[in-house]
Amino acid sequence: MAKTVLMQGNEACVEGALAAGMRFYAGYPITPSTEIAEVSALRLPQVGGKFIQMEDEIASIACAIGASVSGVKSMTATSGPGFSLKQENLGYACLAEIPLVVVDVQRSGPSTGLPTSPSQGDVMMAKWGTHGDHPMIAIAPSSVKECYELAIRCFNLSEKYRTPVLFLMDEIIGHLREGIEIPDKVEIVNRPTVVNPHPKRPAYAPTDDLIPAMAPFGKGQRYNITGLLHDESGFPTNDTEIAGALVTRLMKKIDNNYDDIVQVEETLMDDAKVAVFCFGGTARAAKSAVETARAKGIKCGMFRPITIWPFAEKELAKAMKGVKKIIVAEHNYGQLVNEVRRVVGPEKRIEFIGKVDGTVITPDEILAKIEEA
Amino acid sequence: MAKMEIRLAGSGGQGIILATVILAEAAIIAGKHTAQSQSYGPEARGGACKAEVIVSDTEIGFTKVQTPTFLMALTQKSLDKYSKNLPKDCLVLIDEGLSVPQNLDGYKVIKLPILSTAAEKVGRLMTANIVAVAAINGLLKLVDDESLKTAVFMHIPKGTEALNEKALNEGFKLIENGGNQ
Amino acid sequence: MKVDMTNVSENTMNISDLIYKYMRIEHLPHIWCPGCGNGIILRAVAQAMENMKLERNKTVLVSGIGCSSRAAGYLDCNSIHTTHGRAIAYATGIKMAHPDYEVIVITGDGDASAIGGNHLIHAARRNIGLTVIVMNNNIYGMTGGQYSPTTPHREFGTTAPYGNIDQPFDIAKLAMGAGATFAARSTVYHAPQLAGIIEKGIRHKGFSVIDVTSICPTYYGRKNKKGSAVDMMRWQKENSIPVEKAKDMPEEELEGKLVVGVLRDKEAVEYSEEYSRLVDAVQGGIK
Repeated sequence: MAKTVLMQGNEACVEGALAAGMRFYAGYPITPSTEIAEVSALRLPQVGGKFIQMEDEIASIACAIGASVSGVKSMTATSGPGFSLKQENLGYACLAEIPLVVVDVQRSGPSTGLPTSPSQGDVMMAKWGTHGDHPMIAIAPSSVKECYELAIRCFNLSEKYRTPVLFLMDEIIGHLREGIEIPDKVEIVNRPTVVNPHPKRPAYAPTDDLIPAMAPFGKGQRYNITGLLHDESGFPTNDTEIAGALVTRLMKKIDNNYDDIVQVEETLMDDAKVAVFCFGGTARAAKSAVETARAKGIKCGMFRPITIWPFAEKELAKAMKGVKKIIVAEHNYGQLVNEVRRVVGPEKRIEFIGKVDGTVITPDEILAKIEEA
Repeated sequence: MAKMEIRLAGSGGQGIILATVILAEAAIIAGKHTAQSQSYGPEARGGACKAEVIVSDTEIGFTKVQTPTFLMALTQKSLDKYSKNLPKDCLVLIDEGLSVPQNLDGYKVIKLPILSTAAEKVGRLMTANIVAVAAINGLLKLVDDESLKTAVFMHIPKGTEALNEKALNEGFKLIENGGNQ
Repeated sequence: MKVDMTNVSENTMNISDLIYKYMRIEHLPHIWCPGCGNGIILRAVAQAMENMKLERNKTVLVSGIGCSSRAAGYLDCNSIHTTHGRAIAYATGIKMAHPDYEVIVITGDGDASAIGGNHLIHAARRNIGLTVIVMNNNIYGMTGGQYSPTTPHREFGTTAPYGNIDQPFDIAKLAMGAGATFAARSTVYHAPQLAGIIEKGIRHKGFSVIDVTSICPTYYGRKNKKGSAVDMMRWQKENSIPVEKAKDMPEEELEGKLVVGVLRDKEAVEYSEEYSRLVDAVQGGIK
């Protein structure tokens, strides 16, 4: 059996990424994600991978995309301000369909904010931060164990669907040390590719599953990649029909696979009349609060989206059917609460707990809302 | 053992964070659940800083210390800052050079010569955090001494094993000899 | 430094053969305006590839945004048209992943020295083995003629209607100041030499920058009364001074002139190979 080791969340993220096959990391120092760069710098050469510290946040994501088009699984990590800077190139990877994992260890904002304090204020930016319509997959861990396991999942989804995946960590989990068991074997998915391709094979040749298969640069399929809307050859087009079909396909390749992508955790929800909706680090406070409430005889449960985007609307709607009161707890001024409202409708009672002062939402604060008449 | 919520305070550079990491590591070695976290930023570079570790036989939900069962402070500033609003049954360990603030009236406060033991008996003030983890383990019986020693050796620079083993033993002795309550 | 042309075979292939062999003819004609100098540079890149018999499957063309950026896609290699200013950063990732690939960046004056200036100087500092070819037309052409970091002082652009009060960058000097181990300047008038200089840049192990003065008769020329494309080329002919001649000239005489040729060519450790050695050392247990 695998041995339990003490590990920090940021470190576990790197170990998970390495297990998933990450062999390139480009980054720029920023609190509270810096340990991800530090551990990558140490570990990558040990497994034959490469690390580079770039001159800024934009260069970091650009460099990681460059390595990925060459067929190397790549990652970059950052925090709030850096995540803002990466948005344009995140959109590029979406449109050009280049696998990439971007980690955002969220910290208090706006602007430089409270660099060492926890936040979950980048949740909406994760979906809407870059311009234009594009699909987005974002995943939030709530334990060190999940930092490892879900980092692997981020890579697998990114490869499978040829799209960047966001690992939306937060300072609570990134800097937390817990014991985890490192499994001997993990399931790894590699991107769709073509072997011995014709040099002129179009990079974005149509496929049944809407996910293009292309060889990495250097394998004989000489194609073009662009951030302009393009036809299947990868060349810019002004044809409105082709342009519209491309954006629609990008959306559909994720929408069609909702069930494969969306994961939630439901704790004690079966008979719950009160539900706590939370994600990431906040779930730890919620779980303690729910346990205490149950001990007091309150029929209370927790609903936690593990996949933040696409939003778990099917699961949420189903889980909240018998619930009288939903408590939404998140470290921001109110972001996912609006998604919850959209899904459950205007009649359902929602109580919001938000924090923007850099302190952590405690079990007592959640419990107080659970017990509130 | 019930759930122990441990808070260590001191000034940046005293190895307070490392002390909690070592306790967390020891807990893992001893097969227990643990969650360790710390305050970052300018605090970690001087001034009062704190770090926390929870040790429990069962799975840990909330990862931060909410109701400390134990506080150790190595400087007056950090003691004054982090000793407010402690639960009545929280055990407090302070360096013998510190004065007990009024807000700790009625609390069980133990004074031990942690800093002077490190400086004089071990011969290096920087080993104070290792003296401290030994003393803490002696007081709280978190793990067996062997697990603690293994944990210490995992987190110290190579070549300093003898020095740190001495620090551990001096720390254990502080408890065996009985703390000055 | 003298431009050594002994190993450079000029115009060994006629133009249409060159185009058929190295360009994606299905995407031609190119989008550039009549009289634009960029096509001459594109052809010179193809000629350099032919001269070197570059393996196209292992050659990657990387570009940013602007008129220059369309060049990458016209060459039948692996090509990636990235975001504005970031071509060098993307190229760094490609070169790091595959030090054996020939990675060529085609960029413009705004792309390379304004929005992408940071990446230019840092790639130069690292001495990573990229060849950066700057199509320097002294203007933002794609957006319609705004002044760029290389628009001369007192000249005009749509955003400098009263004359440009900025001082211009000399991109070759900027790169050399940042540590580039190969730097050269040429013009579209010097087309035959240009292919040779590009070839030298590609052959150079380490970071190469080739600052090629292009012409933009449509915007820069019209705004600044520079005449036709032919007039602008004639100006290049009359105002270019070979680097070996410029060496002995006083600075005042070089004012407003283009010093052309290889400005620097020195050997130094290349970055992506250095990292590969680091990987070997770590894996071999050598710390």
